[in-house]
Amino acid sequence: MRLALRTAALGYLGVLVLVPLAMILFRTFEDGFVAFVESVTTPAAISAISLSLTIVAIVVPLNVVFGLVTALALARREFPGKGILQAVVDLPFAVSPVIVGVALILFWGNDGWLGGAVPVIFSLPGMVLATVFVTLPFVVREVEPVLREIGTDQEEAAATLGASRWQTFWRITLPAIRVGVAYGVVLTVARSLGEFGALTVVAGGVAGESQTLTLLVHARYIDDHNTFGAYAASTVLMGLALVTLVLMTLLERRRKA
Amino acid sequence: MAVVALPRRANPGSGGLVGVGVATLWLSVVVLLPLAAVLVKSIGSWDAITAPAARYALLLTVGISAVVALINVVTGTLIAWVLVRDEFPGKALVNAIVDIPFALPTIVASIVLLSLYGPRSPIGLDLYATKPALVLALLFVTLPFVIRSVQPVLMEVDREAEEAAASLGAGGWTIFRRVILPALYPALLGGAGLAFARALGEFGSVVLIGGGIPRDTEVASQYIAKQIEIDRPGSAAAVSVALLAISFLVLFVLRRFSK
Amino acid sequence: MRSTTALAAAVLALAVAACGGASDEVGGGSENAAAASGGGSKLSLVAYAVPKVGFDRAIPAFNATPEGQGVTFSQSYGASGDQSRKVEAGLEADVVNFSVEPDITRLVKAGLVDESWNQNEHKGVPFGSVVTIVTRKGNPENIKTWDDLLKPGIEVVTPNPFSSGSAKWNLLAPYADKSNGGQNPEAGLSYLEKLIGEHIKVQPKSGREATETFLQGTGDVLLSYENEALFAERNGEDVEHTNPPVTFKIENPVAVLKDSKNKETAQAFVDFLYTKEGQTQWAEAGFRPVDPEVAAQFASDFPEPEKLWTVADLGGWDKVNEELFEPETGSVAKIYDEATS
Repeated sequence: MRLALRTAALGYLGVLVLVPLAMILFRTFEDGFVAFVESVTTPAAISAISLSLTIVAIVVPLNVVFGLVTALALARREFPGKGILQAVVDLPFAVSPVIVGVALILFWGNDGWLGGAVPVIFSLPGMVLATVFVTLPFVVREVEPVLREIGTDQEEAAATLGASRWQTFWRITLPAIRVGVAYGVVLTVARSLGEFGALTVVAGGVAGESQTLTLLVHARYIDDHNTFGAYAASTVLMGLALVTLVLMTLLERRRKA
Repeated sequence: MAVVALPRRANPGSGGLVGVGVATLWLSVVVLLPLAAVLVKSIGSWDAITAPAARYALLLTVGISAVVALINVVTGTLIAWVLVRDEFPGKALVNAIVDIPFALPTIVASIVLLSLYGPRSPIGLDLYATKPALVLALLFVTLPFVIRSVQPVLMEVDREAEEAAASLGAGGWTIFRRVILPALYPALLGGAGLAFARALGEFGSVVLIGGGIPRDTEVASQYIAKQIEIDRPGSAAAVSVALLAISFLVLFVLRRFSK
Repeated sequence: MRSTTALAAAVLALAVAACGGASDEVGGGSENAAAASGGGSKLSLVAYAVPKVGFDRAIPAFNATPEGQGVTFSQSYGASGDQSRKVEAGLEADVVNFSVEPDITRLVKAGLVDESWNQNEHKGVPFGSVVTIVTRKGNPENIKTWDDLLKPGIEVVTPNPFSSGSAKWNLLAPYADKSNGGQNPEAGLSYLEKLIGEHIKVQPKSGREATETFLQGTGDVLLSYENEALFAERNGEDVEHTNPPVTFKIENPVAVLKDSKNKETAQAFVDFLYTKEGQTQWAEAGFRPVDPEVAAQFASDFPEPEKLWTVADLGGWDKVNEELFEPETGSVAKIYDEATS
């Protein structure tokens, strides 16, 4: 019985996840490693990788800073409307990425609420905003429970000993939540690299300029008819996903400890 | 725990409120205001939801997401069970594999599934532009939700109750049904709800393998994207609001029942 | 905190390190070196869905000329209507190449393109094609004419006219045939009603997406540009194309943006497209050139149809676009909406 269950579970996972992934790896490397490298070092590919990483480099600090502020506000303070704020933090999980794109266009676009006063759509700020939207909950949700758990005793003790608010934060609070922050950051990075739906709506999609790695995969497959190129770019993303997974697993252990 | 009541530093006060203010401003600019723009834009265009293709897309999306959530309840519980109760070499690796859909970009999922189950399929199984393809893609991306929801609960389940039932002669399946499952209901509902909400809005993973055939395999997110492409923002906003309303409703209801 | 900072630092380092190539697939390699040595400017090209195969030849050929040395290009391809609206909404561009003239007119109205863009001898159109019928190899259903498309059970793949330029050409061709050049609009519309109402299921957003959809196995027939059919065939796909005896002349316009930061270079590039060298590149890529000498050279690739209607025959794009394709009010727009929403 035990064996039957195990086989069923592993079989399901294997067929659903492992076999297709193995398929792509096989197709990517069946013509040799050099072909793969060539495909992912074209100017457009390098630009796409660089753009994806640039977006991550901007989104992560934003999410960490504002995520911490938000988590602190939610964990430490009582105020009217707190329930609403809690719900808003969770909103991005329930919103389809395409709707995120639509929302950004209707707010920041030329015919939007700001009348296009701030150039956001079709350029980097738009892509950053879309990515921040979808990754917003991660740091907050990882840090907030930890903040609640550790309570304010240590912070209060530090305060009575004369520490300034900043010193308290830096020396007491931050080290206590750092695994939570790290885990939130890893989730943010993974989600940012994978963003696609919102970007198809708000990104310029210009090869070599406003195309992220995910957009490149799609463009190569559909527009360029370059199936191999799409597989190769996907493999790069899979590699990045693998790194993320490893980090997630390691941090998961630290969290439990 | 302080034995002596130490004087509190002025923790509440302007400093803390600035934090709340900043958080509110941040959430407003990034999330609330753009979503409000969608709501407002939809107000003139409600009839857009009645267009046959829009209705079909919404119904299809809800239906398929429900099916996927249900399948996940079964398979998710199974996999969580095996991960918690079973021991075998490589179990830690399998546990990590469950997180792959979290870490993998959705467009990669789509191309990965298409290579195996599309027109160039090496096993001759071409599911391109069929509803089963949609189910497949959605099962992929929603894999972790129920599993991760159930695992911690399963680990905490009171073994004594199980042993007592066993000593009274109950078989494995009965024990599961009567003792374990009831303890899992909240987690199952929560996980299923997350899976449903995720499937409802999914775009990247269905975009290549689903074919996006209107009134056949076009899901709501694809319909909305199309409305933007053909310059109909009102219609896009209206269908978006409909989709959001469904998500919120389901999540709200499930939150109630999973408490 | 260390793990977070370390992660952020690593990401930042990678981003900075990888920030190398900001140019595109074509004219990349060696041209990068030339540009780096201070050769040239960078032109931003925003085009409709299918001409990449032509630009892949034209751009290096341009780079070989003195005006074009060291000029790098960033390119964007997509549905003609979509791309045009994006430029109107602020997407930066120096040169635009759309499928149909109204997508340039939109930019003229928005003040982004000069009114005189089409005052040269070729009316702003350096290349074009004809509407063709693409089928699976061997043409199993024997589809050769517009009437054949209406055979029962035939599924036709053609893009959505609200986003795609290709779609408009595809619908104008049978319309012109059945309405005898617009003289009998009812007959033309009646045909389109049957075609759109009973034979169209999918709505790909661009000509290229339509091709992809067809190649993935959807539909029996694809309506497309002749150049796109040639592209697919030369790529080894299992398809063949048949030009119907009565078809439509496709003319794809090119224009320079008024506010281009590299206006001279952009104009030089556009001028190059009309030269013998430029025209030859387009012809080799499968597009019908407008230069009569080059056209004569490649005549065997581009057979003359029995009757070739043009937009001029129907009264010009302004009239055609407004009467047929204007959303909500155009007759074809209404038919399409009815059938597909």
